[in-house]
Amino acid sequence: MTRKTWVSATAGILAWFAAGCAVAAPQFSFSKTTVLAGARLFAEHCSACHSVGSLRYNRLAALGMSKADIEKEIMLPNGANYLKGMEPAMDVADATKWFGIPPPNLSHMVRARGQKWIYAYLTSFYWDPARPSGWNNHVFPNAAMPDILAPWGGTYASDGKLLQPGLESPAVYHQQVAEIVDFLRYASDPSIFERHTIGPYVLGALVLLTLFAYLLKREYWKDVYNRGNGKQARGPKQG
Amino acid sequence: MSRFGDWLNERFPAREMMREHMTEYYAPKNFNIFYYTGSLLLLMIFLQLISGFLLMAHYVPTSQGAFDSVQGIMYDTRWGWLIRYMHVDGVSLIFILLYLHIGRGMLYGSYRKPRELLWIIGYLIYIMMMGEAFFGYVLPFGNLSYWAGQVITSIIHAVPFVGPGLTTLARGGPGVGSATLQRFLALHAVLWFLIIAALIVMHVLALHQVGSNNPDGIEIKQHKGPDGHPVDGIPFHPYYTVKDIFGVGVWLIIFAAIIFYAPTMHGVFLERTTFFRANPMVALPDVTPPWYLAPYYAMLRAIPNKYFGIALMGLAISLPFFLPWLDRNPVRSARYRPVYRMMIIIMAITFFTLAWVGEQPPLPKYFIIERLGAVIYVGFYLLLPIISSIEPTRKVPERVQS
Ligand code: HEM
Repeated sequence: MTRKTWVSATAGILAWFAAGCAVAAPQFSFSKTTVLAGARLFAEHCSACHSVGSLRYNRLAALGMSKADIEKEIMLPNGANYLKGMEPAMDVADATKWFGIPPPNLSHMVRARGQKWIYAYLTSFYWDPARPSGWNNHVFPNAAMPDILAPWGGTYASDGKLLQPGLESPAVYHQQVAEIVDFLRYASDPSIFERHTIGPYVLGALVLLTLFAYLLKREYWKDVYNRGNGKQARGPKQG
Repeated sequence: MSRFGDWLNERFPAREMMREHMTEYYAPKNFNIFYYTGSLLLLMIFLQLISGFLLMAHYVPTSQGAFDSVQGIMYDTRWGWLIRYMHVDGVSLIFILLYLHIGRGMLYGSYRKPRELLWIIGYLIYIMMMGEAFFGYVLPFGNLSYWAGQVITSIIHAVPFVGPGLTTLARGGPGVGSATLQRFLALHAVLWFLIIAALIVMHVLALHQVGSNNPDGIEIKQHKGPDGHPVDGIPFHPYYTVKDIFGVGVWLIIFAAIIFYAPTMHGVFLERTTFFRANPMVALPDVTPPWYLAPYYAMLRAIPNKYFGIALMGLAISLPFFLPWLDRNPVRSARYRPVYRMMIIIMAITFFTLAWVGEQPPLPKYFIIERLGAVIYVGFYLLLPIISSIEPTRKVPERVQS
């Protein structure tokens, strides 16, 4: 293979790699701030039914929220444990009775579905009187979940017509949904900030080592290249 | 050397081994980038051993506890995510290296006499690695793990007479559950790994017995200098040790970049369906294997009859064993065999197309691709004896080109 083929193949792989590192949609300004904002919104609207069983409440302290705030704003008053995973407020048996299926644990939902999907799902509810809950969803037809965000985001018909405006402007509302998704993205992989903090040091150290290794290799291999000019390669070291 | 050295070497052949396998093992001087793959595979297998050991310290092999114990590693264990991403991404990287390594052997005719056994041992390692990957894949007990375990163990069901009994034996019961996880863990971490390790030692010993091939496919031992060493050979140590260390550096940069910035590689290295807990009540619409096994799955699906599909898959997996005898051309390297070179390129494209199509849902529009791919794959091996005996070749130089 020619050098050019190699270069273009490498460039292609790098481009694909970079595409995945970049955040998928412009609304996701993923940071500790948006994750905490999302956690507050989640506690307010979603924690009634959904657990985030793998994520312990005290994890949020590492993102800069005080224990007192976590207890007040995130933990529900039903005796949730600061050191344990996030629990729903509602009794699972009750929820199962009302919705037909238990509301799932959302810990891994972003990893399983992708953040774009969750965002689209949360913003794709429409009013459908034929459904027991009165709600349906374009992305997930016949979802058991009602549009609990409708009072803020507005109620839409299936053709997209606005039936009843929400309390928030569309811009603020979409920003808030994106924050909830940011929180769930963090919840699905809480190593992300740690990874991104140490990543540059690890890569930097490896690049440095590789550079030294390259110089060492070049030094040794001078013999091999010189051998063609009649010089002798360094022989095996006698033990 | 030192007195300790003398003491040691009277009791253990350290110096002798060093000489035989490093300082007086002469390797061709014209290795190209493909020749980094062997040492990188050794490195990666070693890293899998370490990360696997640490994972096992926290893993619970029961159907109730497995999923949560793995999530516990990811969420609550210090550096747990690093260990698990190393282990999971390591698998895909090993298979990338294996495919480059095998492809290199095919390109330069490294499987040809006198390296047939080296090739066969290598290919055995590859087959063992597929099993190793499968056992490991079931352990985290996500829903994909569960269904993959069900589907693959049910393939054994097709074996005449003993099939059903074997399936029960493989699962440790009628279905995939705790007993399955326990025996898979024992296989993954002990028996299978030991066999692979032993085969790797044999692979390297066999290599050093016959000596490395090279991109020109010329035997360097045919041109020896007055000192009895091949003129186009250089001592493995220090030349290739320093070169391989550089290769390790570049490789670790890639590995770290994946772990720190794209640990699931967009759902290719760590698939989305592994994030749902195993659930026998929720069947997955299509249980597709990871990318590195998908080509064989595509061929399995290419035939609607289960038994013929399994037979085709078995054939596809075993054909490479016969490569040393299917190739009848006196010239080894594809550098001097334009037709063979084209065949290899088509084969590589076919293989990765099959990997892609094996990941797609079973829709009629893909059947044609699966069938065409299977025909090209099998055709390569069946036509090789004929084509290799009549293909035109370029003039092979006397000495290696550098
Ligand atoms: C984990 C698995 C494996 C390890 C650790 C391994 C290791 C190595 C090492 C260290 C070398 C010498 C360095 C090099 O030429 O790259 C080598 C050469 C070789 N391996 Fe492997 N190998 C593995 C799998 C395989 C497989 C699957 C095959 C073939 C199906 C294979 C076939 C060969 C051949 C033919 C050579 C000689 C290549 C030449 O001299 O041109 N190996 N292997």
